[in-house]
This record gives sequence, C-alpha cells and structure tokens, in this order.
Amino acid sequence: MADFFFHTTPGQLLLIVLETLAVLVPLLLGVAYLTLAERKVMAAMQLRKGPNVNGPFGVLQAFADAIKMLTKETVIPSGANRMLFLFAPFLTFSLAMVAWAVIPTGNGLAIANINVGVLYLLAISSLGVYGILIAGWASNSKYAFLGGLRSAAQMVSYEVSIGLVIVSVLLAVGSLNLNDIVLAQRNVWFCLPMFPMFIVFFISALAETNRAPFDLPEGESELVAGFFVEYSALAFGLFFLGEYANMFLMSGMVSILFLGGWLPPLGIAPFTWIPGPLWLIAKILFCLFVFIWVRATFPRYRYDQLMRLGWKVFLPFSLAWMVLSAGFLMVTGLLPGGAG
Amino acid sequence: MMTQIVFYVFAAVLVLSATMVVCARNPVHSVLFLILAFFNAAGLFLIAGAEFLAMTLVIVYVGAVAVLFLFVVMMLDVNFAQMREGVQRYAPIGGVVGGVLLVELIMAFTHWRVASNIGQIRHLVPSSPERTNTAALGDVLYTHYIFLFQSCALVLLVAMIGAIVLTLRDRPTGRRQDIDRQHDRTPADSLEMLQVPLGAGVAAQGGFLRPHTSYDVASVPGSYGTEAWREQGEEEETQTALVIIPPAAGTKGQDDA
Amino acid sequence: MGTLSKAARSMLLSELVTGMSVTLKAFFKPKATINYPYEKGVLSPRFRGEHALRRYPNGEERCIACKLCEATCPAEAITIEAEPRDDGSRRTTRYDIDMTKCIYCGLCEEACPVDAIVEGPNYEFATETREELMYNKDKLLANGDRWESVLARRLELDAPYR
Repeated sequence: MADFFFHTTPGQLLLIVLETLAVLVPLLLGVAYLTLAERKVMAAMQLRKGPNVNGPFGVLQAFADAIKMLTKETVIPSGANRMLFLFAPFLTFSLAMVAWAVIPTGNGLAIANINVGVLYLLAISSLGVYGILIAGWASNSKYAFLGGLRSAAQMVSYEVSIGLVIVSVLLAVGSLNLNDIVLAQRNVWFCLPMFPMFIVFFISALAETNRAPFDLPEGESELVAGFFVEYSALAFGLFFLGEYANMFLMSGMVSILFLGGWLPPLGIAPFTWIPGPLWLIAKILFCLFVFIWVRATFPRYRYDQLMRLGWKVFLPFSLAWMVLSAGFLMVTGLLPGGAG
Repeated sequence: MMTQIVFYVFAAVLVLSATMVVCARNPVHSVLFLILAFFNAAGLFLIAGAEFLAMTLVIVYVGAVAVLFLFVVMMLDVNFAQMREGVQRYAPIGGVVGGVLLVELIMAFTHWRVASNIGQIRHLVPSSPERTNTAALGDVLYTHYIFLFQSCALVLLVAMIGAIVLTLRDRPTGRRQDIDRQHDRTPADSLEMLQVPLGAGVAAQGGFLRPHTSYDVASVPGSYGTEAWREQGEEEETQTALVIIPPAAGTKGQDDA
Repeated sequence: MGTLSKAARSMLLSELVTGMSVTLKAFFKPKATINYPYEKGVLSPRFRGEHALRRYPNGEERCIACKLCEATCPAEAITIEAEPRDDGSRRTTRYDIDMTKCIYCGLCEEACPVDAIVEGPNYEFATETREELMYNKDKLLANGDRWESVLARRLELDAPYR
C-alpha cells in the first residue's frame, strides 16, 4: 500500500490529490462557518443574538446562504469586459486556496515543504490584489473602479511593512522554510521577543485582507460595496469565499510566524497530548476571533490615515526594528547560520 | 523528459504572451499579458532550480511593479482611433530601429564566448550542493559585491527622493492634520459653555459661536485658516483677496464687525 | 497628562485595548434581542398596522360611504364607490385600499365619523405577490371580523386621550 503511494507515478499523483483534499475540504467548511461565526460574534458584541433560526444555534445558516447564492441569477453588466469580469472572482478564490500548499500543519506535514515557503506565501498574497483590481476595472462601474484602486494602493502599501516584519523573523530563524521557522520557536514563540512586530504584522494583515477597520475598498457607506458592486450569485460567492479564505491564510501566517505553528505553548505533558494540527487550528481560530473582534470594535479609517499609518508609522518602525534586531542578533552571537 | 515538456510549455507561453503584450489592442490586456509573461519567466527560473529568483520575480514584478503599471494604465484615457492613425507614419522608423537592434543582438550572441575559467571563480558557484541558492545569492550580493549593491540601492534612493522633491507642491490652501495636536485637545479647548438669555437665542450672542481656539489648536501651524496663516495673509493682501476665510473659524462676534 | 505618559499610552495602544475590552465585556452580557417570531414586543394601542372595516354588534357594517377617508388619504390609496342599498341606506359597493401605496399615517382612521375604518395591531401581512396587497371590501370586512375584539379594546383604551 505504502509502496503504491510513494513509488509509483499514479500513486504519487493520487497522494497529492488526497493531500490537497485533506487541506481544502476542512478549509472550505471552515470558511463557511467563519461567515456564521462572524455574524454570531459580531451580534454578541453588539448585544444581539445573530442567526439562530436555521438549525440549532443557526448552524445551518451557512448552507442556507450558499443555496441562496447558487440559485440567484448571474448578472453581467452590459458595459463589462466579460472575460475579465468572470475571471476575477476565480482568481481571488483560487489564489486563496493555492497558498495553503506550503502551510505546515505538523513537523514536515505540508503538501509542499519548499525552501522558499515564506516567499511563496508573500508572492501569493501579493497577487491577491489582481483579483480585486481586475474586478474593479472589468465591471465598468465607478464604485467598483474606485474600490479596486483603493484596494491596490492599500495592499501594495501594507505589503512593504509585512515584508519587513517577515524579514526580521527570518533574521532570527536563518531559513525561508516555514517548517524551520516553526521549529525555531521551540523555546519561545516569536510573539514574545518580537511583540511589536507581531502587532504590526497583525494590523497589516487586517489591511491586506481588506478587513475592518481598513475595509475602504468595499466601504459600504461610500462605495456601496466597492469592487464587487456589480457581482451577483456564484461570482459574488467566490469573492466572498476568497476573502474569508484569505483571512484564514493570514491567520495561518500569524500563527506560523509568531505563535509557534503546531507547537504547544509549553513542551510539557498535558499540552503535548494534543496533536500538532489541532494546536495550529486553535491558533488560527484565535486569530480569526481577533479579526472579528476588531471589526466589531473599531470604526473605519479614513483613506489618508490609512496611508499615513502604512508609510509613516509601520514602514519606519519595522525597518528600525529589523536593523535593531539584526544588530542585536549579531552582537549576542545568536544570528543563525552566520558563519556559513 | 517531464522537465523538458514543462520547459517548452513555459517558454512557449512566455513568448506568446510577450508577443501579445505588444499586439493587444487594449492596454489593460497588454499589462495582464505582461503579468502572464512574468509568471512564465518565474516558472522557467523554478525549472532551473533558482526558486529564490522565481519568487522574487513574482513578488517584486508581479506583486508591485505590474500593479503600478496596471494602476496607471487603467487611469489613462486612451483614444485608440487616434493612436492607430500614426502607425503608418512611424512604421518605417520603428522598423529601422528594430532591425538595427536585431542585427546587434545577433552579432552579440554569435560572438559571445564564456570564459573558460568561469568555474574557478569560487564565489559564483555555491560552495556545496546543500547550500540553497538563496544563501548563494546572498553570498554574492552581500559579501562579495556589497559595495556595488549598496551603491545601486543609493542611486535608486536618490532617484526616488528626486522624483518626490520635483513633484511635491505645497498648496497654500492645504489643510494639514496634526494627529498629536488633535489627540492633545481637551474639552476645554473645543467646548465653550454660555449662559444664553431666555428667548434671545444665539443671534444676540453674536451669531453661531465656535470656540475661537478650536481649529488653531488642532491644526498644523500655518495651515490654511489658522491664526498664523491669517496674520501672514494680511501682509500679502493679494492672497487674501483670492481665498475666503471661513467666518465661523474667526474670533467671537466677527459677524457684527 | 505629561508628554511621557502620553507617548507611552499611544505606543502601548491603550485606546485600542480599552475599546476592545468594552466589546469583549459586551460579548458576555445577556443579549437585548427579542427572539422575534416567537417573542414579540409590546404594541401601543395607537399602533397603526393593517386596515380593517368594523361592524356594529348586530352585524351591520359601520361604513356609511361618506368618503372622508378617501378624500383625506395623502397617498390616494383608498378608492370608494357607493350607491343606496335596497333598504334606502347609503352603503359602499366598493371599498379598496392599495396597501402598496398606503403610508400608514392613520388619517383615514382619524377622518372616519363612525369608527368604521381602523388600523389594527397586525403588522405581519406580507404576501408573496403584489396583487394580494390590493385589499377589497371583503378582505377589509374579514379583517374587521377577525380582529374585532382587539380593535374594540384598543379604541376603548385610547378614548380618554381623544
């Protein structure tokens, strides 16, 4: 059996398909329930009850929404660029899925344990802007276009601070491999020694996923729904799923870079009984809760404030931190792989 | 075998999409084809085993540079009919330039000799097979050619600062925000409690009142409409004639005057 | 507040933490929502909901076709036609309300000299088609018969304030 999976070509292909399904099916289910969780948590924080009619505690609400979305009519505006209009949601959705190939859920448990895992994640997340930009342009609508432009500027700006934060993590690890990054946190999670970077990364992740308080690309009150005003039915659904899957991805990145990935908080008995993947899931869920919590708490930023925060606060701050931590690691001799 | 097939697929798509960049009628489509070309180039790098270069190509060119291209191209108001008018006229010049370039390229490539001792230059090849090409690239850039690398970075920095300096304009009517000053405001700065006589209303108090220090306290000194700006404006009378000073931001009882 | 403590507060994001603690506290508080289809809020006796035409206790319809409601209706939602009945009394042959036009202002109710047209407490009369919202006399009288006990009680409660 093992021989079939590891040593024959069809077996290996089948194994890859199975691995992919093992990641994507829970992910998509998680996305479906994230929408419900968001509504429930937000409701609770606003002293409401949230959806509670479909099934016990509203657990079937996600499926009700999905069925509603599938049975609606796909409207394509007459002035729209048909090809690109339909391509954009697929791009957004598939990019959010593709990135999961490198996320390790246990020691060596990734679909592709590649050497430049962090760069791959950064590359995929920087591509996310295309789905939005193309959607905004192809819709041939003012609101959508403005939403797309806002989003492009916002994501490019915050990518810079995300990149610098990641570099300071990499300095402490000495490898671009996500597996090595998690293993480097065996003694202490990076969120403790690099707490300010953890906060900067988290806030940048909010901006990168267009989440409140940085949800200007879709700012309902001014742009109706931003870049996906013109979308309906399945195309809208794909955007929606893609956005929420991106939240999962960013939470995964936060967990792996700063919260020790699959590692338990302490390497002692009661914690080590729980398997690694469950720890990773717990950390991702915690991050997602904070995503929603932030949305329920803070009002939306103004656009110039958003740019100010990205370029005038986060960029210098993370740059300074990177230089400082490089210096600190050099002086204390903790710099990994320095001799090589 | 498999690698070769993949290589030819990537190469073919790369060449095709590069052609489409030039041929596509819609400039937005051109940029999108350019992105496809970048992707296939990244794929070729991956096949060559340079995964760091591949990822960097995607992050830098696709993730940042092409976004800005797309950004600009989408904002352009291009008249395609007008653009095509000139084709006939410029075709000969373009053809000549292209032809010269082609000949030069052919000459260059046919006479290209790789130095026979290239393998002996130690830092150009990874020291051991286990060493990833990321580390090898780091060696070359940050150890052996650090000075050149940093000089390039400085040149780029100077260019960037130059561009900003050339385009940055200080608008006289700009209202700048100073977040710290705004945070420093207390209710005493922005609220004024008045005893209004019964039936008199605010008109008897000199119209709609606003704490006179409110805007001055919160805004950047010298910003449009502040006390300092107004004093400066009185000296140059031509300027005050052009702009309107909001009356509410002035001193108390300005309406009576 | 000194500059130092202010700087410390802003660096430690104290305002954000305060805000998030407020929402976290609210997260665990008992919820204010009433569970609508199963629980309902209290209605004032003056609540203006679905219309009804009332009858006298002997079964005679109250409406005398004076058309005051039709005249006063700001949305022109009411259409009345009338002619003398066989016994010589003046009655409506047609009393239609277009519920899609109605703005629920209650002026018809105010105008009625015999308390025939009233707006009742019912607000759950959503329909699947638009046609069902074109109420005719039968529908309005049926509403009156169905809600009569409640309608009489509401008028009684509101009477001291009229």
